[in-house]
Amino acid sequence: MPTSPSDTSAPYDLAVIGAGPAGLAAAVTAAELGLRCVLLDAGPRPGGQYYRHPAPGLGAAHPERLHHGWSAFTGLTGRLAASTVTHLTEHHVWTAERGEVWRLHATVGAGATGSAVVEAKAVLLATGAYERQLPFPGWTLPGVVTAGGAQAMLKAGLVLPGRRIVVAGSGPLLLAAASSLVSAGASVPAVVEAGNYLGYARGLGTLAANPAKLVEGVGHGATLLRGKVRLRRSSAVVEAHGTDRVTGVTVARLDAEWRPVPGTERRIDCDAVAVGHGLLPQIELATELGAETVLTADQTVALKVDEGLRTSLSGLWAAGETCGVGGADLAIAEGELAARVIAGAPVPAALRRRRDRRRAFAALMAAAHRPGPGWTDWLRPDTDVCRCEEVPVAAVREAVEELGATDPRTVKLLTRAGMGWCQGRMCGPAVACLSGSTELRPDSRPLSCPVPLAHLADGS
Amino acid sequence: MRRTPAELVGARPEPGHTIDFDGRPVPALPGQSIAAALWAEGILAWRTTRVNGRPRGAFCGIGACYDCLATVNGIASQRTCLLPAEPGTTVTTQEGHGRADLAV
Repeated sequence: MPTSPSDTSAPYDLAVIGAGPAGLAAAVTAAELGLRCVLLDAGPRPGGQYYRHPAPGLGAAHPERLHHGWSAFTGLTGRLAASTVTHLTEHHVWTAERGEVWRLHATVGAGATGSAVVEAKAVLLATGAYERQLPFPGWTLPGVVTAGGAQAMLKAGLVLPGRRIVVAGSGPLLLAAASSLVSAGASVPAVVEAGNYLGYARGLGTLAANPAKLVEGVGHGATLLRGKVRLRRSSAVVEAHGTDRVTGVTVARLDAEWRPVPGTERRIDCDAVAVGHGLLPQIELATELGAETVLTADQTVALKVDEGLRTSLSGLWAAGETCGVGGADLAIAEGELAARVIAGAPVPAALRRRRDRRRAFAALMAAAHRPGPGWTDWLRPDTDVCRCEEVPVAAVREAVEELGATDPRTVKLLTRAGMGWCQGRMCGPAVACLSGSTELRPDSRPLSCPVPLAHLADGS
Repeated sequence: MRRTPAELVGARPEPGHTIDFDGRPVPALPGQSIAAALWAEGILAWRTTRVNGRPRGAFCGIGACYDCLATVNGIASQRTCLLPAEPGTTVTTQEGHGRADLAV
């Protein structure tokens, strides 16, 4: 497996962006089918967020104990090592240029000091997702972290944000996060899930067709039982307490619309909170070029793809979470499927069935954990919506109610919400909801990550 | 005695080193990010915000939120969840935008 571009004069047949489950499966499959393939990833090691694991220097003898389905990962990395795929680590693609041949511009290194341009005839976007956050009073206190962030820091750095960690929000990631936090020695007094799981009952056939998903859920459940973790459904953390760091939370019951039910508040002491409300596909490299999108069942924007995982842009494919969040098994199936289509190889019927079953499960899961409109009732006027620019709820409401904003872009221009470092990645869904906009559109971000000005000058 | 993450995965790290956080030595293990080394010491905040001067540290842990910014080796606004803690790395609590020396 080469780790630097061997011959920069000829474009690759395929560039895969992202070395998580979808990208790894796509790259090794494409190479095994004879394509000259390059795999670019922002991280120092393959795996993406799902298979994030300790650096070799940490000497972890059993990284699999922090993972589900680790053997699938070792299978993929084994094939990668034996393949002709050029794996470029710490290459963060910041823009993709369309043409006869695609030109991918990347920053290089952990500090993004270097730069690289990679050319390829086809591109597969496997950039995964990051977490959706809904604000609540106190959510900016140190010790309040994302559920995925707690997972990521544990998997890569073997550290915890505290000893007694409340896990809260919505979606299946909460059970996985709580399960690994407990296994690593934290106490988790409660998993607070805003949904009620009853949505899954609407898809019994889909559940029956995905026994592996049920086994996964039962496995997390057993760990949580052993760790004496209480699962509170139809509930939310409506406030985090503390001055310089979190010391506790208030949890309240929610009605079916996610409105807190008065009088049900209960305080739980803790020194950390891990929170998240589902995942958002990371698709800006494609939407910036005009790729068409679809709205998923949990109100996120994903790339529109056909049965061969082609996006609306010629020469651009997508796989995994970029097509709608659905987990690692689905991502691996889609990566392999897309690679076969790109290589002109047949798609086995069993692979297509596996992909379709997992997609159906993803839709069921998304519907079951879709945020209800009543969540805004737990906000207070001084609750920061935008963490970077410290824009409070009152300012956003003023923009909507007094200044006439009807969409998130106008709110952004009037309040600076979403104009800070993260470019609205954290506050975007909340601002869109508070703006009253019913039309969810992809965010517009010309560059996918910070780029030194010198790189932009070189690019011209 | 509770289990630790290192015990869970049977970690036998290579020899550790220290980084400097606001003049105080903080232990770090090879391959840990700066943010991870600080968390391991129970340090959760290493920045104060520009508007209200509120403490912040790592939030998303994957480079998306920019809450974990600090001044690293004299360079402001570095994402500590992405940067490895190298021997001798100097981390300074970032106040505001971290560019007070430029008087902007």
